[in-house]
Amino acid sequence: MAFSGHTELPVAERAAFIYTKGRQKPGLKCEADSIAGCVSQRACVYCGARVVLNPITDAVHLVHGPIGCASYTWDIRGALSSGPELYRNSFSTDLKERDVIFGGEKKLARAIDQLVEKYRPPLVFVYATCIVGVIGDDLEAVCRVAARKHGIEVIPVQSSGFAGNKAAGYRAACAALWRLIEPAGGMPEKKSLSVNYLGDFNLAGEVWIVGSYLKQLGLELNVAFTGDATYRSLKNAAAASLNIVQCAGSMHYLAEKMQESCGIPYLNVSFLGLEDTADSLRRIARFFGDHRIEQRAEELIARETAAVAGVIQSCRKKLAGKRAAVYVGGGFKAISLIKQFRELGIDVVVVGTQTGRRQEYAVLSELVDNGTVILDDANPAELEKFMLEKGAHLLVGGVKERPLAYKLGLAFVDHNHDRKHPLSGFIGAANFAREVCSTVCSPVWRYVHTPVPGARAGGAVWAAAL
Amino acid sequence: MLDCTPANIVQRSGGAINPAKTCQPIGAMYAALGIHRCLPHSHGSQGCCAYHRSHLTRHFREPVLAASSSFTEGASIFGGAANLKTAIKNVFTIYNPDIIAIHTTCLSETIGDDLPTIIKGAEIPPGKLVIHANTPSYQGSHITGFSNMTRAMVSYLAEATAAQKKEQVNIIPGFVNPADMREIKRLTGLMGIRSIMFPDTAGVLDAPMTGKFEMYPAGGAKVADIRDAGNSRLTIALGSYAASDPAHHLERKCRVRALTLKTPIGIKATDDFLLALRGHFACAVPAELEEERGQLVDIMIDTHHHFFGKKVAIFGDPDIVLATTEFLLDLGMRPVHVLTGTPGGDFESAIAALLREAGVEANVRAGGDLFLLHQWIKNQPVDLLIGNTYGKYIARAEDIPFVRLGFPILDRGLHSYLPVVGYRGAMRLLEMMGNALLDRADRDAADEDLELVM
Ligand code: SF4
Ligand code: SF4
Repeated sequence: MAFSGHTELPVAERAAFIYTKGRQKPGLKCEADSIAGCVSQRACVYCGARVVLNPITDAVHLVHGPIGCASYTWDIRGALSSGPELYRNSFSTDLKERDVIFGGEKKLARAIDQLVEKYRPPLVFVYATCIVGVIGDDLEAVCRVAARKHGIEVIPVQSSGFAGNKAAGYRAACAALWRLIEPAGGMPEKKSLSVNYLGDFNLAGEVWIVGSYLKQLGLELNVAFTGDATYRSLKNAAAASLNIVQCAGSMHYLAEKMQESCGIPYLNVSFLGLEDTADSLRRIARFFGDHRIEQRAEELIARETAAVAGVIQSCRKKLAGKRAAVYVGGGFKAISLIKQFRELGIDVVVVGTQTGRRQEYAVLSELVDNGTVILDDANPAELEKFMLEKGAHLLVGGVKERPLAYKLGLAFVDHNHDRKHPLSGFIGAANFAREVCSTVCSPVWRYVHTPVPGARAGGAVWAAAL
Repeated sequence: MLDCTPANIVQRSGGAINPAKTCQPIGAMYAALGIHRCLPHSHGSQGCCAYHRSHLTRHFREPVLAASSSFTEGASIFGGAANLKTAIKNVFTIYNPDIIAIHTTCLSETIGDDLPTIIKGAEIPPGKLVIHANTPSYQGSHITGFSNMTRAMVSYLAEATAAQKKEQVNIIPGFVNPADMREIKRLTGLMGIRSIMFPDTAGVLDAPMTGKFEMYPAGGAKVADIRDAGNSRLTIALGSYAASDPAHHLERKCRVRALTLKTPIGIKATDDFLLALRGHFACAVPAELEEERGQLVDIMIDTHHHFFGKKVAIFGDPDIVLATTEFLLDLGMRPVHVLTGTPGGDFESAIAALLREAGVEANVRAGGDLFLLHQWIKNQPVDLLIGNTYGKYIARAEDIPFVRLGFPILDRGLHSYLPVVGYRGAMRLLEMMGNALLDRADRDAADEDLELVM
């Protein structure tokens, strides 16, 4: 490819987004727009809003726009439900040329009517896509009328794709969620041992793992935002006595809002990796100031750590000394992954995110060793360059990064929507270790750098691999 | 998940439920990847581009690179000219393609960016090319987008420069997998005819492992060849939806005769393709292909009782569905529900003609969605469902054997390496359908009915 092996960056503006620890003075540009033509791996506002709200299982998620936006987001999320499955359908107003010219409000109103009649949902979300922002449909008004007509909540999500990036979509989703959970008739009575879990989307059933930990501590999981959430459960959100926030990128804003308006304090937590999981459980227990809860937490940590110790140990033996690259959506995940890799004896040599925040990058940079490359909004060319330069054996990322890693002959773990096993909690740490092992230790890599048998001049490579 | 689909069918006018199509730009992006050393570029917000890349990545399990103009609020108000010019400059600097193929999105279409003017004002390094297609996603579907980008290849690149037309055939393969493109080229090669295929994603989206990340793998139609397509004697467009328009555009532009055939799925459509080649060029069907055809007929006879009278529902892209329906009828099957998400064209009448000839009554719809298909199936159950990955929900809800065919297939692999076109492709289809039906028969058999030989 164009600049394999070169050390210079061809686009000068990108330099500010990349930083090598120990080699440059600290400071990294982030929270900025992507540069046109650089092949960002990022998505749009709509995407951010959709991923956050979609796991609400009994809602109609209606995408107001041309067909594509709805098609691409049809059930690719991997968020599981313990009950309703309405959210797994794809609803679109499927705007056509005449709607674009004459406006899409009437069609939207009809779509809401027909869907409400068919499915009788308690709640409808209407997502604005780019085009809606441009043709100027009054989403607010259409939703208000529909809500009155059907006696249910119809909530517009202001997620026109161009109005920023994924992070702006998180805020749009939080704004929509707040409309849903803001207590209308004064504060509900607080439930004393009740916790909301923000920023987990129940990928592969992860909310259920954390929910069971809370239960073992003697706490109740009031509602998770938004994994496996329903209209009813969200309506009770304000009754919790504590919010714990996993994906801070998407939910920080809402946590702040709930602290301010509902008086619910929040803790930032992470259930990725043994260290972070144990630490989070301890901090939750400490919050309640009840030594019985703290004691149960210690017992749980001891029990669960012991249960997975064997797996972690045996994986560690195979993995020690390997080098990993991390490219994920948000900063919180990247931070946890670095610690988790350390538990497996793996060094993180490249780490980047799509939408990490300034504070998160500061923590990242504290955590990593000198020489590690940190980068924001990376493109495939940069990922390739730094993974090769740093000799990474493994990449952790999402769908677009997978084939890139494979083409380079590197192992890969999906830590995004395509994950198939839960990666949260102690059991998740064991799953993660197994997954890393199963890809890094697969015999298939042996064939990558070996020539066709009998081909000239390649014999040495073949021998070395065996 | 589809428990709440009611059997009672009422008229709907407020959009789509579980769409059977997607938007134009992804088709344009796929077509653009079929030019050698081309970087597709999406003119709009970066979300669209991210989705299209993810979707293609999931289907092909290969890296899909494409740039975006990364619109923000400003661009959507003041127009995207500045973004596009920056993008073109950056793409050539960083990724050094030979050609950038730009497609619009619904956003840039709606604000009315004038691409030819913007491109004219852009800095394009000497020897490099920029082409564009308009792909408003509120018209047509991904198939329309594929056709539009292929037409752009003709508009920008093809030229009639030779005094006399050359003894070569252009083939526009339509929106099919790389393996299908390979197979079509193999058939043409066996007929002894020089061919120019465009777009051609063989070698791009099924590239071999080399241990290196090749931004531009060895495959793809060469720009010089697409140029030379203007000198060919004939263009064969495989599929009236995805391929016909560019072929006719080439006919008007360079006087290359255009011939539209079905996608060569099944025995009849493959025969037609080979006969068309034989009819237009001095060539004969070689023994090797006669042998393949003979094997296919042999297999069809061996297995015909598995298929005869079985009811099938089929959905997907119009060219694929049309050709496959013909094959199903040749097997004595009864395609009782036939649906495509792509609107317009003569899909309904073409299918109706096939069915009439075979004496099969069916529901047929262009521009339908999977909710409708599901309702049809509830009212008239079928023995087999054929379609892309999204069919799995219906298959599960109604407990029907399911064969994955078309685009996208997100939950299985290898489909992009194994053709469904040509005689060999027909054999593969027979294997897939036959196994689906027989596995089901085994599953459902009572202990005393389970047989070793079927
Ligand atoms: S905005 Fe238009 S082009 Fe983009 S994904 Fe949606 S439908 Fe497709
Ligand atoms: S059209 Fe806009 S909202 Fe839809 S995917 Fe593209 S960027 Fe996102």
